[in-house]
Amino acid sequence: MSTAIEQDNMKVIVFQLENKEYAIPVSNVQGIERLMHITRVPKTPSYVKGVINLRGVVTPIIDLRDRFNLPATENRDTERIIIVSIRNTEVGFIVDSANDVLDIKMSAIEPQPEVVGSEEEEFISGVARLDNRLLILLQLEKVLNT
Amino acid sequence: MDVNQYLEMFIEESKEHLQACSEHLLELEKNPEDLTIVGEIFRSAHTLKGMSATMGFEDLANLTHKMENVLDAIRNEKIVVTPEILDVVFESVDHLEEMVMDIAAGGDGKRDVTGTVALLKQIESGEAIEAGEVAEEMPATIENTQLTYDDYEKSIILQSFEQAFNAYEIAVSLREDCLLKAARVMMVFQVLETEGEVIKTSPSVESLEEEQFDQTFHIAFLTQTASEELQAKIMKVSEVSEVLITAIEAEQLKPEEKQESVEQATSKAASEKATQTEQVASTKKTNSAKTPAKKAAAPVGNKTIRVNIERLDILMNLFEELVIDRGRLQSISSEVNHNELNETVERMSRVMGDLQNIILTMRMVPVETVFNRFPKMIRQLSRELNKKISLEIIGAETELDRTVIDEIGDPLVHLIRNSVDHGIESPAERAANGKPEEGTVVLRAYHSGNHVFIEIEDDGAGINKDKVLAKALAKGVVTPEQAETMSDKQINELILASGFSTAEVISDVSGRGVGLDVVKTTIESLGGNISIDSIQGSGSVFSIQLPLTLSIISVMLVEIEQEIYAIPLSSIIETSIIKHEEILNAHNQKVINYRGTVVPLVFLEDIFEVPRPEPKADDFHSVVVVRKGEKLAGLVVDSFIGQQEIVLKSLGDYLTNIFAISGATILGNGKVALIVDCNALIK
Repeated sequence: MSTAIEQDNMKVIVFQLENKEYAIPVSNVQGIERLMHITRVPKTPSYVKGVINLRGVVTPIIDLRDRFNLPATENRDTERIIIVSIRNTEVGFIVDSANDVLDIKMSAIEPQPEVVGSEEEEFISGVARLDNRLLILLQLEKVLNT
Repeated sequence: MDVNQYLEMFIEESKEHLQACSEHLLELEKNPEDLTIVGEIFRSAHTLKGMSATMGFEDLANLTHKMENVLDAIRNEKIVVTPEILDVVFESVDHLEEMVMDIAAGGDGKRDVTGTVALLKQIESGEAIEAGEVAEEMPATIENTQLTYDDYEKSIILQSFEQAFNAYEIAVSLREDCLLKAARVMMVFQVLETEGEVIKTSPSVESLEEEQFDQTFHIAFLTQTASEELQAKIMKVSEVSEVLITAIEAEQLKPEEKQESVEQATSKAASEKATQTEQVASTKKTNSAKTPAKKAAAPVGNKTIRVNIERLDILMNLFEELVIDRGRLQSISSEVNHNELNETVERMSRVMGDLQNIILTMRMVPVETVFNRFPKMIRQLSRELNKKISLEIIGAETELDRTVIDEIGDPLVHLIRNSVDHGIESPAERAANGKPEEGTVVLRAYHSGNHVFIEIEDDGAGINKDKVLAKALAKGVVTPEQAETMSDKQINELILASGFSTAEVISDVSGRGVGLDVVKTTIESLGGNISIDSIQGSGSVFSIQLPLTLSIISVMLVEIEQEIYAIPLSSIIETSIIKHEEILNAHNQKVINYRGTVVPLVFLEDIFEVPRPEPKADDFHSVVVVRKGEKLAGLVVDSFIGQQEIVLKSLGDYLTNIFAISGATILGNGKVALIVDCNALIK
């Protein structure tokens, strides 16, 4: 991501969680998958939903709603799994929906405002203002830390 | 000449020759009188010299040349083998190894070896004058068309006479209309191989294989079988028209020019019969594992090719994909229940089973590749520590999957260092305890069932249990309450616990800050386990159990509610269905009576916290009886699905150390199933 910061623009994947928009740098994203069968893995934190067979590779899946202590959603049709790769570890994130790829100017990124007041606070690396939208940039390493 | 394309082959072969050199040097150290060993080393060195000169590695060639001169002088009995000379030769081999490693890493193989070269020269000129020239003239390979023998072969024949072997020259003629001459030659060799040892052929084996001969070829052969019997056996090979067998007499070998040295050796043998013959016998014995195999392999021209390991890995990966698809096909065909489809799938499964065996065995490597570095290591260690140690290797030919071989090297180095450093006592101490001054470390490998066992046994001091326990308590590895109930074996195994290290003085040898717990973790990550048996005062045995392969295993699939789990067949004893009334309670633990023994029950739905909409009310329970060592446990599941071959997959870096889950696999329907780690379920 350091390479992304040096450039003026950063390409991000935008996804929704409980009416808020979040962004992950494209360079970290391996793909977006529809929800498929998830095999539960016992004795793991509740946000680890299990593992899936991603074209022959067993990939762990994290439910971001659970990770941010948000209530479970009913609308499962639009739910997607975003496969991200962080430090050579591949992990899938379950999100409400994912449908945008955007360029954001590095200058538009601000450190996170003091009063966000929600559980995901610690996972946020900054926010980006884009026209009328507010994108929350996630700090992926933190999300993975248990 | 563009030599780059041969570089890889050169490196591989150089390594082999250097390995052969070290092995034979170690042997020579034990039997300094045995000049046939020197001959072997000379051969390896000579080939290496030729190869490196061709490839343009001058330093390598030069050093080998100097070493060769010394060896030649030894061979011609101009120099007597002393430990000092051997040290220098060992040093040269070390240098050569470094050079080859450097070349392998992309370097030019240059290295400052003036010190060693000077020493070699000193040895050479100190006692021998013209050795250098002689070496040049020595034919290292035999390309003659007649059956004449070089010194080395003669000495083999003469030696074999002493052991009541007969040497024959066999002339085999094939029928003129014989079409597959090479095949017939092969069959003749097959017959001969069961009877004795082929030492030479004319024309050479390569030419025979390429059918570059008319109708007749000659073989020099050592055997204890009578010539008539031999003749009859060879005649049985079809299209052989004539077999002539003449005995080779000892006298025939003598009137040649360069016979003196061998003669000397034999006359010496006659005069010192008692010692010499004994020695020949003993070297024969130690050689028997390796040399005959090599010799036997050479004449038949064991048809092998070198394949890049990467390609084998790719092959394996592709095959794993196929295994998954096979599972999928099987489940589809059982759903569709179409006769022809079923037959085809069944047939395909059988072919794939064979294919799997071939691919797996192709990746098997003898543990020798790991073991062969230990003799030199032990030699060095015993010098450093001033201890006398002999290393005995048993079962080096035992084969293991390459993935396991790659990982097992370091743990073994660690354990051997540990045995040498902490196990074997100093000579004085040993003498005081009434033991022979020389300590023994035995490295043993063998197959048993689906596992390979590697044992490291020493006859040293053994483990001091009180000391271990005291230390473990002091370091907080165990609590005093736990210590009360521990068995001797458990106490021994404390030295493998993390946060434990017994070395009081941190030596360079085994106290490197990392304890034996690293060994334990590595072995467990390979799906194996390690146990220790020790008797204080008389030694310890470290026993490692490893799976044959890490990639494909047989499992029993079981179902709990909607979830499917795989239990490795290697830990299953049997499956059974029990009535609810058969479950007994003992100390808050549900148990069953299984063939006269009380076996605790483990309810997998509780262990894995399987969500169940409504509690299961059933009069019968499906139980899989599994074991870990001698301990048993019954795993209670909802139902059995069946046996299947699966490809082992890891859960990745993110999910590590999941309790009682050792990995995952992909089922025929594309879903992931978790593999149960039975070892974690049995305490």
